[in-house]
Amino acid sequence: MDKLARIFRAESGQVLASLVYYSRDLQLAEDALQDACEQANNKWPVQGVPTNTGAWLHLVAKRKLIDKLRQQQSQQNLQKLQLIEESLYMQNDTVAETDYEVPDERLRLIFTCCHPALNEAAQVALTLRTLCGLEVREIARAYLTSEAAIGQRITRAKKKIRDAGIRYEIPSAEQLHIRLPSVLKVIYFIYNESYSAYEGQSLTRHDLASEAIRLSLLMVKLIPNPEVFGLAALMLFHDARRPARSSAIEPYIPLEQQNRMLWDQAQIERANFFMQQALQFRQRGPYQIQAAISALHSIAKSWDATDWPQIQLLYMTLLRLHASPVVALNLAIAKANGGQLTQAYKDVLALSDELHKYQPYHAACGELESRLDLPEQAFCSITKAISLSKNSIERDFLIKKRGLLVK
Amino acid sequence: MQFLALIYAGEDQDDVDIETLMAQYQVFDEELEVACILLGGNALEAISTATSVRVRNGQPELTDGPFAETKEQLGGYYLWECKDLDEALEWAAKIPSARYGTIEVRPVMVFDQ
Repeated sequence: MDKLARIFRAESGQVLASLVYYSRDLQLAEDALQDACEQANNKWPVQGVPTNTGAWLHLVAKRKLIDKLRQQQSQQNLQKLQLIEESLYMQNDTVAETDYEVPDERLRLIFTCCHPALNEAAQVALTLRTLCGLEVREIARAYLTSEAAIGQRITRAKKKIRDAGIRYEIPSAEQLHIRLPSVLKVIYFIYNESYSAYEGQSLTRHDLASEAIRLSLLMVKLIPNPEVFGLAALMLFHDARRPARSSAIEPYIPLEQQNRMLWDQAQIERANFFMQQALQFRQRGPYQIQAAISALHSIAKSWDATDWPQIQLLYMTLLRLHASPVVALNLAIAKANGGQLTQAYKDVLALSDELHKYQPYHAACGELESRLDLPEQAFCSITKAISLSKNSIERDFLIKKRGLLVK
Repeated sequence: MQFLALIYAGEDQDDVDIETLMAQYQVFDEELEVACILLGGNALEAISTATSVRVRNGQPELTDGPFAETKEQLGGYYLWECKDLDEALEWAAKIPSARYGTIEVRPVMVFDQ
């Protein structure tokens, strides 16, 4: 990505959110921002990049927005025009035209993009497009779909926002507990997806992961809530292990085999800080529990020194809060790692009906079977996992594991 | 904005006491009055009273029964004036039948003059 494109991406979310605040129209705001970026593309290489790029784009885009609102000529637009012109007037009084902070309206926008009245795929695409400034092409590549499909998904979502009467507002305190989960879910989905893909794509896994973290840090700043802190902590704990998760020869190294010296200690400390913030509220929630599990891995000196009984307890709490076969699988794995191998294997097999299409289920079966000295069953399970795996890194890892079994 | 809340529910709910339900609707309707959002609303007669009309080749065709056979049927509606979808959804969640049926919330289309 060239330098200007990088600047546009970094600034676009905040600028766009402010434009939406004035126009109450996502499409119009996007068009105005697009025009401003084009103008920047022409001017900056000649005149130099301004010191406050966000303010520059914001100011130019606001003028473009005025033009567009004038063209549309409607009574509603007159009020909008007045509001935005007043804001421009205020700015001209300051010392330099672009010497101001762009107001942060992103929280409004994220609640709109993640409104439960939109389906989840639309929420994700819209969030990546508007708040993270990703191109439709990039989103399509990240989710292995066509540009046309993503484009249509975004267009439909915008149409629903407009026609169904979804406002660009932060929900009231009473509504927050209903609306917040879908926002956190979208952010966590974006983060998780960054680990489950892709070959030869310009948008790397790391890009998606850092977009998710960026959104999460924004939420932390704007809406202090235990689960918001919990999600930030969870992703940062996980992200701290990135340097150890692959090497020049190994594209994927599981937690068990990672060199813990490579973990990013500064990132772990940040995660710990958010974890502490979350705990102060004394209201438990699923993201906090998952973050606590991740924290226990982070403080363990080695795989064997991990506090498995504590991890089991946390998974049990999570299961009570949110019954899910995937959580039950993780509980069983924690049991196995804590030494209760036979019981764990029984628990895992009991999940077969619900999880028979889930790759990690078969991988876990294979792992337990190999530890229980059942090489034939292990071979079958890992073969099943290979057939269900969606990317080559995962597949290669499992094939290698199966190879070790044969010996 | 105007929103129509369509109330879908099974007609033979064993676990629903009709008198309690009516009392709950009465309380709810009073709440709507106080909030000044109610534009209209009615309960409908049972689905067995439905007749569907289609005009094909200029001829009306009448059939006994609803547009679609479903487990939950349209049993009533409200028309509200709300500031946005969220407000309408909040009210929809308070409709007594929402606890066992489904409320479909739809904005009323506004045609440009």
